[in-house]
Amino acid sequence: MRELVKFIAMSLVDDPDQVEVTEIPGDHMIIIELRVAPEDMGKVIGKQGRIAKAIRTVVKAAAVKEKKKVTVEIV
Amino acid sequence: MKVVESSGKTVDEAILMAVAQLGVQRDNLDIEILEEPVKGLFGIIGGKDAKVRASIKRTMGDDAKEFLTELLTHIGVEAIIDVNESDDRISIDMKGRGMGLLIGHRGETLDALQYLTSLAVNNEERGYKRVALDTENYRRKREETLKRLAKRLGYKVAKTRKRISLEPMNPFERRIIHTALQSDSYVRTYSEGEDPYRRVVIAVK
Repeated sequence: MRELVKFIAMSLVDDPDQVEVTEIPGDHMIIIELRVAPEDMGKVIGKQGRIAKAIRTVVKAAAVKEKKKVTVEIV
Repeated sequence: MKVVESSGKTVDEAILMAVAQLGVQRDNLDIEILEEPVKGLFGIIGGKDAKVRASIKRTMGDDAKEFLTELLTHIGVEAIIDVNESDDRISIDMKGRGMGLLIGHRGETLDALQYLTSLAVNNEERGYKRVALDTENYRRKREETLKRLAKRLGYKVAKTRKRISLEPMNPFERRIIHTALQSDSYVRTYSEGEDPYRRVVIAVK
């Protein structure tokens, strides 16, 4: 799941080297924290969060397959 | 990527050879000149042919395919990805098992995948091509479903004279409803609310 978010983020930003993704496992839920360069924030969030929403939708589909609940936080 | 090396009396001739071998337009090739031709004595003895290396340029469609292939691998779904590219559009079709997962509720996952692919492929330097992603004919089936829904609800509104507000839809789907009832004599349509909750309303004329 971490690799999925990392791959998407790296494909969208100008500075892929600064993409950092950490996975915080929990009993019922996995939290994925995504960090990018400050200049690239807009590239993973988008107008009215449209890009962030698309990332979450795709991650949700992947999570269904693994029967886990996943949230993506952009920090 | 396909690469050939070819030679000819002149650089142009060598390039023509490469074009013939690869079967693609000159514009779609990157040409590297390996050797300039050397004229021999009397144009016969000791002359050397021109030599070029030609490679087929990576297109935005190639990038789209690569992006989606890797994305699906990470999601854990295997699919055959077919790409059709024109000057302003990249049409992609996915085939395989478990495509329902990639479509999602009312196509929301398919739309998200399409949007991310478009973002990954388009940029200022290369220009813009519209990305259209589909699987199992979902887009056409959805369009037909919406058209039927529009006609049915249009009839109901005309009969009851009560307006009906549809569920929220994206601009593309709203347009299908508007178009389906455009020439209806009894009802009219309009949209209200803000995206992503904007919805079509059908009312009597």
